[in-house]
Formats: sequence, C-alpha cells, structure tokens
Amino acid sequence: MLLEIKDLHVKYGNVEVLHGINLEVGEGEIVTILGANGAGKSTTLLAISGLVKASQGEILFEGRPLHKLPAHQVVKARISQSPEGRRVFGTLTVQENINLGAYTITDKEQIARTRKWIYELFPRLDERKHQLAGTLSGGEQQMLAIGRALMSDPKILLLDEPSLGLAPLLVKAIFQTIQEINASGVTVVLVEQNAKAALRLAHRGYVLEVGNIILSGQADDLLTNPEVLDAYLGGS
Amino acid sequence: MGLWSLMEQFFQQLTNGLAVGGIYALIALGYTMVYGVLKLINFAHGDLFTIGAYLGLTLLTSLALNDYVGGFLGLFILAVMVMGLVGIIGILLERTAYRPLRQSPRLSAVVSALGASIFFQNAIMLIYGAKFYVYPQDLLPVVPINIFGLSIPLMRIIILLASVVMMIALYLFVQKTKIGTAIRAAAIDQGAARLMGIDVNFVIMIVFFIGPALGGAAGLMVGVYYGQINFTMGWIYGLKAFTAAILGGIGNIPGAMVGGLLLGVIEALGAAYISIAWKDAIAFFVLILILIVRPTGLLGERVAEKI
Ligand SMILES: Nc1ncnc2c1ncn2[C@@H]1O[C@H](COP(=O)(O)OP(=O)(O)OP(=O)(O)O)[C@@H](O)[C@H]1O
Ligand SMILES: [Mg+2]
Repeated sequence: MLLEIKDLHVKYGNVEVLHGINLEVGEGEIVTILGANGAGKSTTLLAISGLVKASQGEILFEGRPLHKLPAHQVVKARISQSPEGRRVFGTLTVQENINLGAYTITDKEQIARTRKWIYELFPRLDERKHQLAGTLSGGEQQMLAIGRALMSDPKILLLDEPSLGLAPLLVKAIFQTIQEINASGVTVVLVEQNAKAALRLAHRGYVLEVGNIILSGQADDLLTNPEVLDAYLGGS
Repeated sequence: MGLWSLMEQFFQQLTNGLAVGGIYALIALGYTMVYGVLKLINFAHGDLFTIGAYLGLTLLTSLALNDYVGGFLGLFILAVMVMGLVGIIGILLERTAYRPLRQSPRLSAVVSALGASIFFQNAIMLIYGAKFYVYPQDLLPVVPINIFGLSIPLMRIIILLASVVMMIALYLFVQKTKIGTAIRAAAIDQGAARLMGIDVNFVIMIVFFIGPALGGAAGLMVGVYYGQINFTMGWIYGLKAFTAAILGGIGNIPGAMVGGLLLGVIEALGAAYISIAWKDAIAFFVLILILIVRPTGLLGERVAEKI
C-alpha cells in the first residue's frame, strides 16, 4: 500500500473529531472519502498533510511514518493537497502561485515542464498568469489550487471538495481533469459532497460519519449500496 | 526674504525630511514585515534600533575602523557588521520571546513583546549608563555637496542614498526571489504556505533577521547623522516608524517605504513652516488622522480577496 492510515485519532483542543480511522490507498488509485458536513473528511486530509497532528495512531507512506514529519516535509515526500476553500494566495499572481507549488523542486527544467503541462491542463490559467489570483473566478481559483498542488510532482494528490460552488459544466470538466491527472500516474484521494460523481470517478470509497468510518468498498458497490443511496445519493 | 532663499529653505527641509524619512522607512519595514508573518506588533523593534546605534558606536571606537579604512569603506563595513549583529539579536528575540507563544492567545505575545522592549532598554542602560553618547564627527570629510546651487551636507546624501538602496534591494528580494515570494505567501496564509512545502519557521527567522538588521542600520544612521544617541531613543523613533507603517498600510512593504518617506517630509516641512515645537506632535496627528480617515493605510488592501 502506498498510504496506510492506522487507528488515526485527531483532536481539536479537547474535542476528538476522528476516533480511530483506518484507510488505505494503493498506488494509481482514486480513492474517495464521503460523509456529511463535519464528519471529519477535511481533518483526515489535513492530518495526512501534517497541518493537524495525530493524537494517536499512525500514517504510513511507502511504509515510512508520515505523521512525524512537519507539514513542509510531507510535500517534499511528494504528497500535496488542494485544500478546502482553495486557499490561493490572492495578492500574488497566478504564475507566482503556480511557482510556489514547486517550492520543494530545485530542478528548473522539471519546473518548466510541469508548468507547461498544467497550463495545457488549464488553458485559462495560462491566459491569466499575470493576473492576481484573488481576481480569478471561483472555478478558476479551483483550477489554480489543483494546478499549484501538482507543481510539486506529487505521488499522491489530496483534493478537498474540488467541485464546491462550481457550475455543473465546470464540475464535469474538473472531474475529467482529475481522471487525466490520475491517468498520468498520480494517485488521488478525493473528498467530495458530490457523492455520485465522486463514486463514478473513483476506484474505491470510504464513508465517514462523525469521526468513524462506517462503510468502505469498491466504488461500484457503494453506488448501489442502499445505505449510501439513502444518506448521500438522495435516495432512489 | 527673496524668492531664492525661500526656495532654498524649502529644498533644505525637503532633503532633510527625505533623509529622516528614509530612516523611518527602514524601521517601519521591520514592523510591517513582522506584522505580515506573525500579525504581531514587535514592540521591542524600537529597542533593536537603539541597539544598532550603540553597537555602531562601540564598534567605531573599539575597532578604530576609521583609522584603518576610514571614509565610505569604513562606514560600509560598520553598517554590515551592525546589521548582521542586530539581525542575529532579532532571531534570538523571536526564538525566546515569540516562538514559545505562537499557539497562545494574541495578548500573551503582545505582553511578551512589551517585556522584551523593557528588557532591552534596561540592558542598554545597565551596560552603557543613562547618559547621552556622542558619535565621532570626523567620519567623512566635511564637504558640502552642491546640487543646483544648493549646498547639502554629504552625510545627508549618503543616508538618503543608503536607505533608498536598501529599500530597493529589499523590494527586489521580496518580489523576485523564491524566499521572498515565500515570505509574501506566509503573510497571506501560513497553512497554505506550509502546504506548498514552505518551512514557515524558516521564513519567520529570515523576517526576524531582515527587519532588525534594517532597524539596526537606521540606528547607526541616526548616530552618524545627528551625532547623539541615548538609550530611550528607540521609543520616539519606534513610535514614528510605527506611524509610518500604519500610514502605508501595516503589513505592506512598499507602504512602509512610502509611509516613512512621507512622514519624514511632512514632519520636516511642518517643523519649518508651522512650528518646530510641533515637530513630534505632527507624527501623532498623522497617526490619528490616518486611523480615522483610512485605517487600512495608503496602500492597504489594494485587492479584495475572493474567498
Ligand atoms: N480548527 C478547528 N478547531 C476546532 N474544531 C474544528 C476545527 N476544524 C474542524 N473542527 C471540527 O471538527 C469536525 C470535523 O471537521 P471537518 O472540517 O474535518 O469536517 P468535514 O467532513 O470536512 O466537513 P465539511 O463537509 O463541512 O467540509 C467538525 O465538527 C468541526 O466543527
Ligand atoms: Mg471539509
């Protein structure tokens, strides 16, 4: 397994919000994490990235303990994240945002190559590279957040609600791009409210409920699972 | 008075204001850069400026730099040494007074900053005593420079040039280099910066070197320009530079530069044409005015960030 989360507990202050979750991600997979608001999906991704610390349990990446690394070294270990709410650097230009994504990369040629690929993936960003990121539309900011995360040449890309607030057509385009990114060899962990679309895209899925994983399995099976249907796919 | 002498007085005050403003700007940059990454007013910054002035004097007299290299080169070497030392003190200040409180409520860090300020001021007083010190006045040949028939002291020109060069260098560093961009990113969103692989602690360390180094340089400049230093000088200069930082928009680097220069000019012209007695009050009048009329400062919040 590329990534293994074992008995992960996370607390904010005294409140425990993840109560010992287990999760695995294999190389080349798209794994989706579903769950209601406040279930702990973002917290799980933040724990992988090292922005919040595990109070118990471990996170192994290629067998090595990831939970002991500070956040900036997780990126160096080649796990990057497009966080919830995009969090682009609004007063920096699009290009500066993109370049910051490659902060851990020293090979100039590699940076230029990846940047070219990202501008091909998102031509909109290429057109607007000298614009301040804060003046982009929501959808464009989402593209920027994903593109920026790809600049570090990740083995695993963590995506937290990339479709949030986007028009249906754009959601489709973003999901298609995620597929392309995965096809290029990047393993993807996808957190989504849009459960149906996520399960169609993903190989496997986990369902999180108030800090516990209550279901997991092949995406196809989850799509037809009555429990999931009721809770996340609006019945039928 | 003839028109020429009126003009001459105006330009003398203007160049003097710009020189003093350059000094304010250098100090203001320290406030604004630290505020940028920590959202904290480093109240001990004015005292780091004082330390720069005292270290400059001690190095000048103990190394007898002037005897060996003299003139411009001597001043340059002196400035580099002072900036390096004060920068290191800045790093130590962050490690001891601020880093342990990074996760604590804001007020704890503010109190720690005030404590550090009191500590530095008393340390200087205990080491040097509470008297005024006088800088050697023969650092440079006393040749007034003539510009368009205007006779301007050489030291004033050097101070102005040096501060402008440092500001341009800082601007290029922050805008064009990888670390500089990381500093700007960390000021916007520390969490997101860490997700880029930026070691935010390292960024904060760099900021706590550069800010105090510039403040230390400003202390040295006051020493060589006015010739007299005192252990409380950091208080008034700190307050004025803080005003300059607010004037330009706290957290905004070009803002601190513009704010400093502007405040220096306003103050010099105000002192000349309104009343010298009002010189110090003018800065605070400006501070209050800006807080009422435009709390974001002149260059603050140029871009509304979309969430
Ligand atoms: N910084 C924080 N401090 C305190 N509590 C937090 C913090 N961040 C999240 N929480 C709490 O932790 C729980 C899980 O939050 P999390 O953001 O992981 O949920 P989520 O599944 O991503 O929800 P959503 O779908 O709304 O994004 C929630 O109850 C939330 O209120
Ligand atoms: Mg979330």
